[in-house]
Amino acid sequence: MPDHRIERTAEGALLHLPPQEQGLIRGLATDLIATLREAPADPSLRRLSPPAYDDEDDERGYREIMGAELASGRVQALELLAATAGNDRLSATEAESWLRALNDLRLVLGTRLDVREESLLDRIDSDDPDAAGLAVYAYLSWLQEQLVEALSLD
Amino acid sequence: MSTTLAPVEVEQPRGADDVELDRPWIVIVWNDPINLMSYVTLVFQKLFGYTRARATQLMLQVHNEGKAVVSSGTREKAEHDVSRLHAHGLWATMRQD
Repeated sequence: MPDHRIERTAEGALLHLPPQEQGLIRGLATDLIATLREAPADPSLRRLSPPAYDDEDDERGYREIMGAELASGRVQALELLAATAGNDRLSATEAESWLRALNDLRLVLGTRLDVREESLLDRIDSDDPDAAGLAVYAYLSWLQEQLVEALSLD
Repeated sequence: MSTTLAPVEVEQPRGADDVELDRPWIVIVWNDPINLMSYVTLVFQKLFGYTRARATQLMLQVHNEGKAVVSSGTREKAEHDVSRLHAHGLWATMRQD
């Protein structure tokens, strides 16, 4: 197995994900799509739609214009992540969707777990009832860091 | 609290409303504990065409000072920029400068 799960290529990225990680990513993406569709007011989703304006009327107008487009773009990226989790390579466009979708998974999980700047993810307490969630969050962060590196610009 | 005397209020000249409309809108990105520093830098580069050095500087300003102005312009441009930042999961707001 190569050192990295994600490697840069000239036109996208190479993936080296073991099957159990592919399954984890697919499951997380599918779950979030379901939450977005069935429980759009779920508090764990609040970081996905921060307000653009302080003013309530302006904010309502912004949501009317942009809300549906932002929500559908979000679901499309997650669907692509789920559909391509088993791939061995990604095009540049697919890698862009992965970048956004992995980040959305982290935003929602991080909100659920109330992750703070000072959260120590390298030492997860085995008595912590959130241990599994924190481990998944740390995994997604590790993967996202590799994807960012693979897509980094000069 | 400042103890200096408040300046005497000057009557606003006519046409202040026109000036109001011309004032640019600024787009602010706020610090949050979830978005990776490297990710925020890449998003600034991709969305605004900033150099890596400039994008890193803005990211560090967000991280260290809690927020940074990342773009400005007309209300339409600011709204467009905010929506692209929101699409990438960044905590962005806009206001008239």
